[in-house]
Formats: sequence, C-alpha cells, structure tokens
Amino acid sequence: MTEYHIRTPLHKRDIAILRAGDIVYLSGIIYTARDEAHLRILELTKNNKPLPFNLDGAVIYHCGPLVVPDKKGWKIIAAGPTTSARMTDMTPALLDSHNVRAIIGKGGMKDIASVLKDNCVYLAYTGGCAALAADMIMEVPSVQFQDLGMPEAVWVLKVNNFGPLIVGVDTKGKDLYAEVIKQAEESLTKVS
Amino acid sequence: MNQIDSRYVTNAVEEIIKQAQTRLPDDVIQTLEKARDSEIDPTARSQLNAILKNIKIAGANSIPMCQDTGIMVFFVEIGRDAYPDFDLDLAILRGVQQATISVPLRPNAVEPLTRKNSGDNTGDGLPDINYSFVEGNTIKITVAPKGAGSENMSTLTMMRPSQTKQVKQFIVESVLKAGGMPCPPTIVGVGIGGSFDKSARLAKRALLRDLGQMDEYELEILKAINSLGIGPMGLGGSTTTLAVHVEKAYCHTASLPVAVNIQCWANRHASITLEVEHD
Repeated sequence: MTEYHIRTPLHKRDIAILRAGDIVYLSGIIYTARDEAHLRILELTKNNKPLPFNLDGAVIYHCGPLVVPDKKGWKIIAAGPTTSARMTDMTPALLDSHNVRAIIGKGGMKDIASVLKDNCVYLAYTGGCAALAADMIMEVPSVQFQDLGMPEAVWVLKVNNFGPLIVGVDTKGKDLYAEVIKQAEESLTKVS
Repeated sequence: MNQIDSRYVTNAVEEIIKQAQTRLPDDVIQTLEKARDSEIDPTARSQLNAILKNIKIAGANSIPMCQDTGIMVFFVEIGRDAYPDFDLDLAILRGVQQATISVPLRPNAVEPLTRKNSGDNTGDGLPDINYSFVEGNTIKITVAPKGAGSENMSTLTMMRPSQTKQVKQFIVESVLKAGGMPCPPTIVGVGIGGSFDKSARLAKRALLRDLGQMDEYELEILKAINSLGIGPMGLGGSTTTLAVHVEKAYCHTASLPVAVNIQCWANRHASITLEVEHD
C-alpha cells in the first residue's frame, strides 16, 4: 500500500506505477460525468463534433454533485461518487475515443480490467463521503451540458489532494473488486 | 382549535429533513466507530475513517453528508385523537420543497420515462408518505431519505412456501450480488410475508429500527454476510453489513414473499412528534 500524490493532467507513466490497493491523492482538474453526460460525449464524438472540454489525460469522476450558485459562480455543497456500474457499458467507447487516464467512482465495474489495461486506472473514492469531498474541491472553473440537470451535467472541478482514493483497478489488469467478489463467492456457505 | 396548522407541519418537515441529511442517528455512528475499531484490513479501515470524518464535517458545517440526498420517504403516525383539519399531504410536500432550497437538497425527482426533473423533489407520488394510526393525540412524522445506490441493489422474490429454509440464503446472496455498489457497510432490511408490495414496505420500515437489537435469526444472517469479506465499499474487509433487521407479516398459504431493502451506511432518518390539542 504505497501513497502517491499526483497532479492532473495524467500521463501514462503517472498511472503505470500504481498498483491495486495503493492510495492516491489527486490535485488539479477533474470532470464529473454520469449516465447522461456519457451518452452526450459519445454522441458528439460519433458525429465528429468537438467536446467543450479536453479529455486528454483527463480524470473522469462518476459523480452528480449538489451545487448552489454563489458570488464566484458555483459552490459545491456535496460531491461524493455515484455507482460506477451504471457506466460500465459506455466506458469502453469513451476510452476508445478519448485518452482518459483515470476514472474515480465507487463499487467498480464488471469485467473492466481488460478495458482499462495499459491506458487507465479506476480509483475508488469512499461512497457517501460527499461533505469530505466538497472540502477538497477548491473551485468550479466551469460547467458543461447544463441542460442535463444538476446531477447529470459535467462539472469541471479544481481539486486539492483529493482522496484518499484506493486504486481499485490498475493498468496491469488487477481488479480489487473482482478479487473480493471471487473470494466471497467461494466462501459463500449454506445458511439454513 | 388545533395547536398545529399546515404551516407548522411544513416547517417541522423542513427541519427534520435538514436534521436527517446532516446528522446521523447516534446508534449508527456508534456502530460505525465500533466497526472501524475492529477492522484489521488497512483498506477497510481507511474507508471507515473517511466515512467517520465525513460525518463529522457534515455535522459541523450543517451540510448534507451525501450528495445523493435521496427521495423523501415519510412514515406518519397519526393519533386517533389528533385528527388534523388540514391537508397533511400538502403540508408535508411543501416541507420537501422548502427543504430542497434551504438544506439544500439535490433535485432528484424525475418523471420515470421522460426523465424530466421536477426540480423540487416532488412529483406524482412523491414524496412517498405512509400513514398509520396509533393511540393518543400526537402526530409523529419520520423522514427517511433514500439514496439510489443502495435502493437499486434491493431485491424481491416470490418464493415457494416449501422454501422457508432458503430465505436466509436468498438474503445473503442478495448482499453478495450487490457487492460494493450499495456503499457498504450496509443495513439490510428484510420483509418476509405479507404480499408482493407489503413485503417491500416491511423491509423499508425495518431500516428504521435502532441498530444492535437483533434476534438469533437476524444475527445468523449477519454473520453469514460478514463472512463473505466484501467489506466497506466492496474493497475487502470484515464489515460488509452493520445490522440485519427482519420484519414479518402473515401471508397467503400459497405465498412466501421476501423483500430485501439495502441501505447504505448513511442510514438517515429523523422524527418529530407534534401535539394536537382540541378545545
């Protein structure tokens, strides 16, 4: 369990050293995206339309934050992770077309290790820890796809030492969630 | 004349929503602390530490502990001598609308097929209000905001009456299938019997019980779940579930409904009791 403090945008070499179980703290820019944002990104990409943000070396955060307007623009009240499983089917296409280097979420995604291999890591942020997350979000430089509604829009977040994030799936194909579930299935004893 | 009116109820509802969103009941916090102290897995400990730190920040700053502020589920106990002379449904709904702005709550309520967001956490059928009648002259309102992460992992099955011995297995397997998705450590509410819909209601109501009061049947299920090693957030560890609460109701001789309502660690709920005096 090694601890890393990393700055965005991420390069392949930044994530290649991470191993499942390591702890990461991220600083820089992260982009929230959940179901509707994924659909919109994939649709724009399919139609060769530009995105209003740059996903090169980017960190995607499966999150639908609670936000209120303030003098500076926006204030994040709470911003914990959402269940990544809902984005499982859209993630291969997203990674095919964009150099996303890290996905932050909770719960992991089924059979994702081969999709992420060499190119991207999955970082687990503790589900429900939304007040703690808000404490580490310094500002909101912009918001995109706002027509999708508050939870589904893409919020561009400037974060400082965002974590602890646990490397759930590394670039070598090791998936902590898959290992835990496999072990759980094996240890499932009959209760009657 | 009633001591309370519609406005009073609306403000009380706004207040308990705020309390539920920003402060966990003591029994839940204590159970989480106990779990943290007994975990030996460093990853599991890190998750429980983050949760406890998060609870502290939310309480100190009076902000929601989770961005998924849920949909608002109410349980209202009306005293037989407390007959309110105003539209209680409307008073509660207005409390939800007020809380959406003042707490604030994330607007979560959407039309199921168009997915259009109402913006104020209300809509046809929302908030979900469950009434029951009790003795006395009080109205007790309990709010239990329910997030989607854990709700989506809930299960319901119509078992055969010959399968009473497989009920526990179904519950444990439901938790196994949910893995890290419902934000473990969870509380598992189970409804056995009743009808298709009643079993689900029993399961949800079971989540409101104080933690730590389990019978032998429940403890056996809890032990089986925690031996799976799923752990906090599905990253491994011995704390997958904090409590299993089972509620039962008589059912048709040909039926055996079993519902499992999973609740994330943020087992949010708060109540207020209003006294109604009549001249």
